[in-house]
Amino acid sequence: MEIQITLNGKIIKDHVEPDCLLIDWVRKHGCYSVKRGCETSNCGLCTVFMDGKPVLSCSMLAARANGHNVQTLEGLQEEAKDFVAFIADQGADQCGFCNPGFVMNTISLLRENPNPTDDEIRAYLAGNLCRCSGYEGQLRGIRNYLNHKNK
Amino acid sequence: MERKDYKSVGKAYRKKDSMQLLLGKPLYVDDITPDHALVVKILRSPYANAIIKNINTSIAKKVPGVVDVYTWEDVPKKRFTIAGQTYPEPSPYDRLILDQHVRFAGDAVAIIAAEDEKAAKKALKLIKVEYEKLEPVLDFHTAKDNPILVHPEENWTALCKVGADAKRNLVASGVDSHGDLDGVFKDCDIVLERTYHTKAYQQAMMETFRTYTEMDRYGRLHVISSTQIVFHVRRILSHALDIPKSRIRVEKPRIGGGFGAKQTSVCEMYPAFVTLKTGRPAKLIYTREESQIAASPRHEMEITVKLGANKDGTIRAIDLYTLSNSGAYGEHGPTTVGLSGHKSIPLYTGNLEAHRFSYDVVYTNHQAAGAYRGYGATQGIFALESIVNELAEQLGMDPTTIREKNMVREGMKMDAYYGEMANACALDKCLEHCKKMFDWDKKYPVRNMGNGKVRSAGVAMAMQGSSISNVDVGSATIKLGENGTYNLTIGAADMGTGCDTVLAQMAAECMDCSLDDVSVFGADTDVSPYDSGSYASSTTYLTGKAVEMACDDLKKQICTIGAEMIGCDVNDVIFNGKQVMTEDGKKSVSITDIAYKTQANSKYTGIGTASHSSPVSPPPYMVGMVEIELDLFTGKVDIIDYMAVVDCGIPINPALARIQTEGGIVQGIGHTLMENVTYDANGKPMESSFMQYKIPTRMDMGKLKVEFENSYEPTGPFGAKSIGEIVINTPGPAIAHAIYRATGKWYRELPITPEQIAMDLMEKESS
Ligand code: FES
Ligand code: FES
Repeated sequence: MEIQITLNGKIIKDHVEPDCLLIDWVRKHGCYSVKRGCETSNCGLCTVFMDGKPVLSCSMLAARANGHNVQTLEGLQEEAKDFVAFIADQGADQCGFCNPGFVMNTISLLRENPNPTDDEIRAYLAGNLCRCSGYEGQLRGIRNYLNHKNK
Repeated sequence: MERKDYKSVGKAYRKKDSMQLLLGKPLYVDDITPDHALVVKILRSPYANAIIKNINTSIAKKVPGVVDVYTWEDVPKKRFTIAGQTYPEPSPYDRLILDQHVRFAGDAVAIIAAEDEKAAKKALKLIKVEYEKLEPVLDFHTAKDNPILVHPEENWTALCKVGADAKRNLVASGVDSHGDLDGVFKDCDIVLERTYHTKAYQQAMMETFRTYTEMDRYGRLHVISSTQIVFHVRRILSHALDIPKSRIRVEKPRIGGGFGAKQTSVCEMYPAFVTLKTGRPAKLIYTREESQIAASPRHEMEITVKLGANKDGTIRAIDLYTLSNSGAYGEHGPTTVGLSGHKSIPLYTGNLEAHRFSYDVVYTNHQAAGAYRGYGATQGIFALESIVNELAEQLGMDPTTIREKNMVREGMKMDAYYGEMANACALDKCLEHCKKMFDWDKKYPVRNMGNGKVRSAGVAMAMQGSSISNVDVGSATIKLGENGTYNLTIGAADMGTGCDTVLAQMAAECMDCSLDDVSVFGADTDVSPYDSGSYASSTTYLTGKAVEMACDDLKKQICTIGAEMIGCDVNDVIFNGKQVMTEDGKKSVSITDIAYKTQANSKYTGIGTASHSSPVSPPPYMVGMVEIELDLFTGKVDIIDYMAVVDCGIPINPALARIQTEGGIVQGIGHTLMENVTYDANGKPMESSFMQYKIPTRMDMGKLKVEFENSYEPTGPFGAKSIGEIVINTPGPAIAHAIYRATGKWYRELPITPEQIAMDLMEKESS
């Protein structure tokens, strides 16, 4: 079927199979930041924005994004840059495989709630698994970033 | 001795690849390899033990887009192991790429190569297999000397003398002892004997197993894989495919986590076989399901410990027997079991007069176990630390006091640890420090919170090793570049831990330059100097030392060239990172000019290289304390605080050491409270996805606090020992202890689930 998606600001017209998943479609279009960590909507690695809201691209058909605006970390480099430096300072990037999904969802959190408490951060990001960092360093990084921003 | 004036060592630098990782750049196998590669899929056995009577692939082969389908009849018939270990491997040669005899539900039956995923999946369904079902061996207690043999085949072999015997379902068996065990037990006031049971757990690294293969421009097999062990993979593939090692090149890009899973060559042979057969690029990406059911999880172990002590808490004798479940194949079976005794018993060297450690490792029809962070030590430490807590509670002693009384201390000879000396040991300081930080005296007493919940605390100590002594090889090559910067090339694998950065910090320290002046490359079998790979807590300790030695080598060359250029004797010059000069500073030449000199009319390479092995494996030590809140109605355990103090020698990068610790603790929490690999009555795996196999989220781990107590390891680079594995060892025993304090029941089997606790509490109430 024919679809049209605005991917990171660029309009893309494409022919897709009806069962094509959004994750496979964005990767096919060069957005390799989007990772698959499971097939069951449990890990959050595949998070992308559709019309500005985070969705799991592994459990959404590309067809459902037809006519919508899809953003991946490739399209949010500037917004991410300042923040991720604080994660890097903690060494919490580790293997990095979960990072794009985590970064995307953190951006979404901070857009919704610019000054979250630790518990609000944990709750919002609960669906973003990380097997390496033990999460605490990610939290410290976000906290330091917020302290820096609010200075 | 420890020095305070280091410029790069001991600093919390960012990882060199941080920004690339955090900004989602294409760095992993599936991001950097071509999309047009053949899609490889594996047909897997539905039965735990069966013989393939007949396999018909003709319809599957006709599916448009299917290039070929391979069965056991198509593959080489020489057995090999996929365990990433130094040759000759202690693991038995019990594998074929595809075997007529399938030995667990999920074992490979056929390989499909297709132009796209859809065709491959369609073909999967169209292969017709006729199985002769055999009775499986599913209970590891009954595996040894069971009439059903997991490996009845005649060409099964074991290269090393590890007590393996396929005719008895034995992967390994042995005993090791010191002192008059029976005599000491007789003389003890108390002898406790308990049996503990730890389960198989999946490493559950976020990037599943995956490999890309192609024929390169020289007609060699080029393998790009998510692996911790490029050199071992090259050898394993050469055995599996029966082609010379010289025809294979293996490299790894960034790796999305390993934790030991990728110390086994789980999936490389399948696409490699396809590429050899078709000449075409091929790619195999394991699904999460495959990474759950046909992977390389932790060895399930049942450990019986007998502890002899005096009334005052003096621990005098330990007898430990481990039964380990290796599953259908023997990867890492003979070696993991060793750590269950060798890296637990020495913790109590203090007053230990005698010990015995014996073990059996058995084949069953479960998925094959493998290497997982902690590698047997985790299992042994759960048992030993738990029984010491039981002893303390029985004696009415504070469990930290009993440890102070018996723990290994610096300068002691550890009879249970190959007779090695504890040259660097701050375990006593870790305990003192952790007690204070955690406020043990206040938190140890059980507190009823008045809302149906109680708070309680638990403690455990741990140790591990640093590399496999007299076996592992760490290597490094450092090359002088023209503007006085350096290229460091290694064969160890940074799997996210940050070893590229840690090793570069050491190089920067040695060469007296900034961290930015050192670029790191690894790992590629065509380019890197031989290194056993990143496992056994070896990289910082062993490869780090090799970096130091390679830098010494290069510095000598720099001084020689410099001395020649300024016309004096090499013994009269010094190198300060920027220039080579005479001691009085009168004559000098810059590092840039020296670098250029290696490129014009030169007989010097400007390359330093070194390999290193260690005769010892110095243990890091650690203490963990946990406070939990237990709901007496639902049995739910919430971790409130987990605090730990670690002695990893001198931490080269404290931020990365801390993250290692935090990550290890959270994995340990998962193993203790929720994770478990189980099978139904027919041997089918139950946890095929993250729906059933729950790993901790950020809501499950409470608050972590990690600090360090430094010791100085004389054989390590800059006094360093290891950190990567030890950190997973304390949560099991510490949390089980806290749960006992809250409920009065010792849980000797993991995981300890809310259902179980709630049912036990109900039973207690009604009785
Ligand atoms: S890939 Fe795991 S939630 Fe989408
Ligand atoms: S950094 Fe490896 S999974 Fe999060």
